[in-house]
Amino acid sequence: MSNEMQRWIKVTKMAKTTLVDAINLALAYEMAADPDVVLLGEDIGVNGGVFRATDGLQKTFGSQRVIDTPLSETLIAGMAIGMAAERLKPVAEIQFMGFIYSVIDQIINHATRLRNRTRGRLSCPMVLRAPFGSGIHAPEHHSESTEALFAHIPGLRVVIPSSPGRGYGLLLAAIRDPDPVIFLEPKRIYRLHKQDIEDNGQALPLDTCFLLREGQDVTLVSWGAMIHETIIAAEQLAAMGMQSEVIDVATLKPLDMQTILDSVAKTGRCVIIHEAARTCGIGAEIAAQLAEQGLMSLFAPVERVTGFDTVMPLFQLEKEYMPNVDRIVAAAKRTLEN
Amino acid sequence: MSHLKPRILKPDQEEVAPQTEPVKTYRVRGIPYFQVLNNVGQPVVEPPDWAQRKNPLVALYKVMLKTRLFDQKSVALQRRGQLGTYASSLGQEAIGAAIGCSMQTDDVLFPAYREYAAQFSRGVSMTEILLYWGGNEQGMNFQHQDKDFPICVPIASHIPHAAGTAYAMKYRGQRRVAVCVFGDGATSKGDFYEALNAAGSMELPLVFVINNNQWAISFSRKHQSKALTLAHKSVAAGIPGEQVDGNDVIALRQRIGLALENARDGRGPTLIEALTYRLCDHTTADNADRYRDSEEVKNQWVNDPLVRLRKHMQILGLWSDQEEKDLNSRYLAEVEQSTRAYLQTPPQPVSSMFDYLYERLPDALNEQRNAAMDQGHQNG
Repeated sequence: MSNEMQRWIKVTKMAKTTLVDAINLALAYEMAADPDVVLLGEDIGVNGGVFRATDGLQKTFGSQRVIDTPLSETLIAGMAIGMAAERLKPVAEIQFMGFIYSVIDQIINHATRLRNRTRGRLSCPMVLRAPFGSGIHAPEHHSESTEALFAHIPGLRVVIPSSPGRGYGLLLAAIRDPDPVIFLEPKRIYRLHKQDIEDNGQALPLDTCFLLREGQDVTLVSWGAMIHETIIAAEQLAAMGMQSEVIDVATLKPLDMQTILDSVAKTGRCVIIHEAARTCGIGAEIAAQLAEQGLMSLFAPVERVTGFDTVMPLFQLEKEYMPNVDRIVAAAKRTLEN
Repeated sequence: MSHLKPRILKPDQEEVAPQTEPVKTYRVRGIPYFQVLNNVGQPVVEPPDWAQRKNPLVALYKVMLKTRLFDQKSVALQRRGQLGTYASSLGQEAIGAAIGCSMQTDDVLFPAYREYAAQFSRGVSMTEILLYWGGNEQGMNFQHQDKDFPICVPIASHIPHAAGTAYAMKYRGQRRVAVCVFGDGATSKGDFYEALNAAGSMELPLVFVINNNQWAISFSRKHQSKALTLAHKSVAAGIPGEQVDGNDVIALRQRIGLALENARDGRGPTLIEALTYRLCDHTTADNADRYRDSEEVKNQWVNDPLVRLRKHMQILGLWSDQEEKDLNSRYLAEVEQSTRAYLQTPPQPVSSMFDYLYERLPDALNEQRNAAMDQGHQNG
């Protein structure tokens, strides 16, 4: 290992880190620790990624490990599969989620099936990262939240961080996971908060929700950038004397329903908040499982605060599309009327 | 990592348009065409030294014959309801045989679904292929081949995988090669172009082989592309491309072998278009009489790659009728034995739907697994 790589490992304390920097730290940590980790994508090398998530990594680890690919999304995902079968650990970047749809073929037909169809003879330990979601006045096709498309695919993990700390720990876990992971990064909060992060290589668990705030009156369930509005809503509700429990789902598939059920058993009320369109969103799945397994705990109908079932508008109207604090507070209050 | 030397292709002998029965090596608008034997097994150019010796010829013939007999049995099994839909490789055996005999053990093959000859050469068993088309995942869990990818049904979607594996080989400084096979239809897909382009720009140790059997189900080669040859598609990617007589296993073995050598030595990828003909229906679920003239098919039998090689060996005095008979009996027995093994293999347990989905089944799926197991028990 080069001295430069060792320096990456030694830097253990990074004060005040943003989500995008935390992503960069996690990538750097794991690349230094594991020579099988390679990055590939468009503009991730010299340019450091359009959001700078891979800034400086090509300089440190070389162009053979931080690979600027031709402009070919299907190729990026397909190559990652071929690399993973050879026991590399590719972390592929799709520049924006709006460009990921041609890749779904590779995910459904290959990445998620390789272990199963070969009975474990081959496997696919790859991560596909993509920034997603609205709120940064981006051009058309850059603002959708279509995580539910991926959550429907068997054999996949779908992970969404909502803070720098979880970005760091969950990305490390995703890279170390032996199966394919879609890691969606809410770009609106890439630089919204700063947190102290120990750059110690400590992964967070996948397949589990994170309880961000305890309360006994209502359970607020969300993920990604919407956690930000959800926590503000919880504070406003607290000021009105209503205590909310806030759950960051974090791994959307497989879904840790138990944490949500336990919370609803305590509060009897649940509001699910997501930026994605309403119909067949993950909120629908959570509500369905609450109906199946938690109906007797509920004092009020489950509420969903979501994006609309419309085409994502261009950015002049994006705020009208996105759920906001007022809508979350109103929904929580409706559940508390029962 | 790469030590690139310019590729030197054999100089063309004359510039002529393609003929239906070419007798010479020529170029089509800069794309070289290679053929060694005519369809009665006589050399049209000086054959390579190895093609005048018994062992290498018999090795190719063996796998072609085995594949032909396996194919006949598989179609018969499907007709009797003992196999699911099956994709035959009738008439295209030379391509797989040449690929299989050109590759080294630790290379990796990315087949489409007519490359049984290549797969057999690389240790995949007839029983495994039958299990695959018979609906059992064990048919992809090759017992004697741990690296090759299984059959790929969605057209061209496996080509980017070969690029990734080739990248991994190069990244690790290994002298290994990825070989990817696909049909003429696949060359119309984006996956093909994306992988071809990347293989060129990344100088990957990757050999692309087009099994141009003239038909993508009902869509003919003529309609598939206005390109004069499919090998021309290499030009835009900046990599060497060539056409080879796909019924001439000697030319195929020679050219594919050279492409592998070039890739192994760091001289990058090659696109080889093997020109053959699909003598069979697309699959057992297809009826080619709906879209192509049975006369056309009948006329193509004169190019049967097995006959061509057998005649060549006979002309050289390397192959007797007795040897032909013995080899037929031997493979017929092997096919029967493999069929029995396939028919006797029990279905995968119900739990297997869950047990290979992830390395460790997520807790969220335990309940569904139990439900499936209960249902399985109820169904006996």
